[in-house]
Amino acid sequence: MSEILVEERKIVVPGEVLASGLDYVPGENCYREEHQIFSKLLGIVNVSGRVIKVIPLSGPYLPKVGDKIIGRIMDITFSGWRVDTNTAYSAMLNVKDATTRFIKKEEDLSKILAIDDYVIVGIVNVTSQRLIDVSMREPGLKKIQGGRIIEINSQKVPRVIGKKASMITLIKEKTGCEITVGQNGLIWVLGTPEGEVRAERAIKMIEEKSHLSGLTEKIESFLGGNQ
Amino acid sequence: MVYRERLDGRKNNELRPMEAKTKVIPNAQGSASFKIGRTWALAAVYGPREIYPKFLADPKKGILRCHYSMMPFSGSGERIRPGSSRRAQEIAMVMTKALEPVVDLSQYPNSVVDVFVELPQTDAGTRCAAITAASMALADAGIPMKDLVSAVAVGMADDKIIADLTYKEEHINEFNEESKQAVVSDIPIAMIHHTKELTLLQMDGEISKENLMKALKLGQEAIEKVHQVQIAALKEYFKEGSHGN
Repeated sequence: MSEILVEERKIVVPGEVLASGLDYVPGENCYREEHQIFSKLLGIVNVSGRVIKVIPLSGPYLPKVGDKIIGRIMDITFSGWRVDTNTAYSAMLNVKDATTRFIKKEEDLSKILAIDDYVIVGIVNVTSQRLIDVSMREPGLKKIQGGRIIEINSQKVPRVIGKKASMITLIKEKTGCEITVGQNGLIWVLGTPEGEVRAERAIKMIEEKSHLSGLTEKIESFLGGNQ
Repeated sequence: MVYRERLDGRKNNELRPMEAKTKVIPNAQGSASFKIGRTWALAAVYGPREIYPKFLADPKKGILRCHYSMMPFSGSGERIRPGSSRRAQEIAMVMTKALEPVVDLSQYPNSVVDVFVELPQTDAGTRCAAITAASMALADAGIPMKDLVSAVAVGMADDKIIADLTYKEEHINEFNEESKQAVVSDIPIAMIHHTKELTLLQMDGEISKENLMKALKLGQEAIEKVHQVQIAALKEYFKEGSHGN
């Protein structure tokens, strides 16, 4: 008696009935009430096996352990730095997680990272109260120098990266820029001024049209045509 | 004289023409515009973000904070003083209470979601338009919600139960002095679409019990129409070909 009431990849709104019957299981961003499954978000339906989930089209970033994010140093404390993560919560970067060098007790921490510096950091711990610990002790994690920071909605990050990083590789190749995408929706672009501008335009275009199919071709023609 | 026909020629259960749109304020995380007749509400959602003042923070869940404001020129031409007033604060409070039951901020402790509603033009039913627009803006912002909330005003003018009163209809007594029985009541209601639970129920004026039940029934049907407009607007943005895709 169970049936799915919406088509795959259709846009649904909060409270829309996705399926009836007990044979299906509510996945991410869905909930069950009695025998029906409802959407909890504005998003795209995805059915895999018996699990129905809704992929969000917009929305806030939820910090997850293992994510690499781009943050801004907002304060310097006794034992480290407070990092603005572009969410409702700031993160803590401890001295021992920021550098491998020995730091003397009286050393000026702002010499290492100053306020308003941008850093690429990895999340090592998140509590239920969303207290975040970040670290820079992994390859690729560093202080950002030069280039520009672009802000997009964090839910569009998977589209900017693309399947097996296809989209981001395309933009890197076409513009000659070095691009680092933070899971929190901040993107660092470093290259020639023209390249940076084109990369920024392409990324903004992806953000705007992320729900449409054939995006890679659109971006390819956009970047190809400008060369 | 009794109120036989509505001033703008609508049927008793007919709503004013509605128009809705999302993503009208690009700076905000989510936004919506909702027009019903001459009433126009613009809603913008910011957050979840850090809460100030800090003592308002709830460590168990994020809080929803609504702001309501009529623009100085929005009424009949009499300048409305901008900023907060007793009335605006009350409406902001009832809006918060109307939306809170559907919004799920359990994943965002110690944070706040701010909903700002501005009304560029008003012709009664502003709190209903504000709630309807705010609900769309929250959905557009990607805030987890159990359901959408839609709102509309119903009421009675003389002995007729009518939906979506205009400003003139709310004040019908003033030009209907001959019949001393004339009673006008204005009942704004907001409803969670699926469960049919009312999250806002207020009243100005007076009404009998039977008529109240009839009015609420009419309201339920009217709200269904508002809900359809909300859904259409939320989905419209993502249609292939819209806004020059």
